[in-house]
Amino acid sequence: MANRIPRVPVREQDPKVRATNFEEVCYGYNKEEAMLEASRCLNCRNPRCISACPVGLQIPRFIAEVVAGNIAGAAAVIAEDSSLPAVCGRVCPQETQCEGSCVLGVKGEPVAIGKLERFVADYSRELEKPAAEKAEKKGKKVAVIGSGPAGLACASDLAKWGYDVTIFEALHKAGGVLEYGIPEFRLPKEKVLRHEIDAVRELGVKIETNVIVGRTITIDSLMDQEGFEAVFIGTGAGLPKFMNIPGENLCGVFSANEFLTRNNLMKAWREDYLTPIHAGKKVCVVGGGNVAMDAARTALRLGAEVHIVYRRTEAELPARREEVHHAKEEGIIFDLLTNPVEVIGDEKGWVKALKCIRMELGEPDESGRRSPVPIAGSEFEIPTETVIMALGTSPNPLISKTTKGLETTRRGCLVADEAGATTRPGVFAGGDAVTGAATVILAMGAGRTAAKAIDAYLKQK
Amino acid sequence: MYKILKKEMLTPTICRMEVEAPRLAAAALPGQFLIVRADEKGERIPLTISDFDAKRGTVTIVTQQIGASSADIIAFEPGEAFADVVGPLGLPSEFVEMDPEQLGRMRYIFIAGGVGTAPVYPQAKWLHERGVAVDVIIGAKTKDLLIYKEEMAAVCDNLFICTDDGSEGFHGMVTALLEKLVADGRSYTQAVAIGPMIMMKFTTLTAKKLGLPITVSLNTLMVDGTGMCGACRVSVGGKTRFACVEGPEFDGYLVDFDEAMRRQGQYKAEEAEANEKHVCKIGRGK
Repeated sequence: MANRIPRVPVREQDPKVRATNFEEVCYGYNKEEAMLEASRCLNCRNPRCISACPVGLQIPRFIAEVVAGNIAGAAAVIAEDSSLPAVCGRVCPQETQCEGSCVLGVKGEPVAIGKLERFVADYSRELEKPAAEKAEKKGKKVAVIGSGPAGLACASDLAKWGYDVTIFEALHKAGGVLEYGIPEFRLPKEKVLRHEIDAVRELGVKIETNVIVGRTITIDSLMDQEGFEAVFIGTGAGLPKFMNIPGENLCGVFSANEFLTRNNLMKAWREDYLTPIHAGKKVCVVGGGNVAMDAARTALRLGAEVHIVYRRTEAELPARREEVHHAKEEGIIFDLLTNPVEVIGDEKGWVKALKCIRMELGEPDESGRRSPVPIAGSEFEIPTETVIMALGTSPNPLISKTTKGLETTRRGCLVADEAGATTRPGVFAGGDAVTGAATVILAMGAGRTAAKAIDAYLKQK
Repeated sequence: MYKILKKEMLTPTICRMEVEAPRLAAAALPGQFLIVRADEKGERIPLTISDFDAKRGTVTIVTQQIGASSADIIAFEPGEAFADVVGPLGLPSEFVEMDPEQLGRMRYIFIAGGVGTAPVYPQAKWLHERGVAVDVIIGAKTKDLLIYKEEMAAVCDNLFICTDDGSEGFHGMVTALLEKLVADGRSYTQAVAIGPMIMMKFTTLTAKKLGLPITVSLNTLMVDGTGMCGACRVSVGGKTRFACVEGPEFDGYLVDFDEAMRRQGQYKAEEAEANEKHVCKIGRGK
């Protein structure tokens, strides 16, 4: 019988303290807290949480193991469907997925599924692991392009089924957006991410870094010369968007991608790493998504006063509520209903102010959100040293431009069917490269779906 | 991987290295570049490719010591290996894709400034091997800073040297020499300038005066080199372009050099600080 207690709160680093360091914000549950929280699960006969999870995690089953105190057992249940539980437990938008469909959430607080997943992954990291059983080798090579969430999920499943899988990664470190995009204070790199990527390697997946498909090699050379029988493209959406307003190329205007890559992948925040980063005393981050929150909170930790400049109201912010809440707690200032019209520079070509116009909400647009309309004559300037554009990203055209037979949409996304098959036989795709910028877990789901399609394709071949 | 096979100081501050990178060597074409990360804590540094040998599986890079990161690269010795070498990056030179008949009618003048001489070499070589008319100007402040003289002489029809102080060859800048060559009756259909941003700016002005089309190769700031960060944004013909994936070569007439030079210096303050603190890692025992 489920325990009718309120949701067990999770311990976090004090906002004032964490605003000055890059240590993780949330401490997570300990075993006692996790077992208590797990006891709230009703173990529904028809669990809606599973179908709300893009990778179909067996949530009530793993929670039942936590209730019984069998954490290794819980980890084994999760491992059936996810190779990145410590990542997903931290960065998934649970409030709109598993937890958003939890029956307990109708009248009260849903089970803290994300925090429980994270606990199981973190706790079992320290446990001795039984050697993964090796599937019988199929003797067929599959290439996976990109080592982000989609690629890792696809590669893991294929390796479990006995395929010889090589991931090709353009950067010097595996992980894709988990490595270059999401900051240390949300996803610790060495402790958490490295460990999960190593676990993928232990399944037999090879990862070759510093290989840019479309430049160093091509899909044709992989299939014709290197003997790969199928290819999965999980290259994400890496190209930053800008506003195309005057002054955007002034010194001190950065894409969120650049700012975050310098800090996360290149570890610019650490004294002993050589890559420089520029935040200055005051930073304006333009945009309201998770990436905007990440860039803002990073700039804050580098010592700046940080403003989020967003053209709609708080209700429309696309970022996770938890991220907005954390950002506010840490002292990020939100300039809402505000839209930049020009970046103003000084005589040396550096940013001096961001000229904005006040907005009001008008009629709902196609997405159902009320669209912002500028208020005539309301222009004003926000003095600032740095402007970070966090307006979203689009897929990189490197592969589509260098591969014959791969169709793309008008927005540059790869055309793929529901199973992940592209317009070229043997080539599959999934994640942001197909959908445009979305979430880690959707990309993982797409990677797993494509893995099934690749398996079916190769069995038939 | 990425082992250094040969190392040679071309001048006291310019170093040539042959580095193992088989995939890169097999794919490289004239005009492209690569990125080196010396060690775990290093920056990703874009460098020009000054030669590539698919059979040996090696690429040749030429690095000038400017700051902490370039000093770290130069400190490596044969037998040691860089943490990372990735490429080729950027688009190959326009002539690589040109129709052979059209290419046969071209007469190239390359204008190489300082360490920018190194990436001119594979371009001149590629054209010379295909029988295309190629002249090269190499310019430097003084005689001791001239590099690639013998190598370049072997892959072009006429090599012209100039130094700012007159210690070797023509006494004056590359722009003055270019004007003189044209005044002397030499005619070219295309100029290509590679060197410091300021040199490319003035060479472009001279080329414009002479009615000579000119291509320049921009060495902008970069992090990933694959179009992800946008640090390399340049205004070309009033439009923002990414030098890493749409360049590095652009029509010189259209480049906003003043903006490009400002953007190149964006991290000067941070770099000065790093240079002060930097402890050279020569003889790293790790």
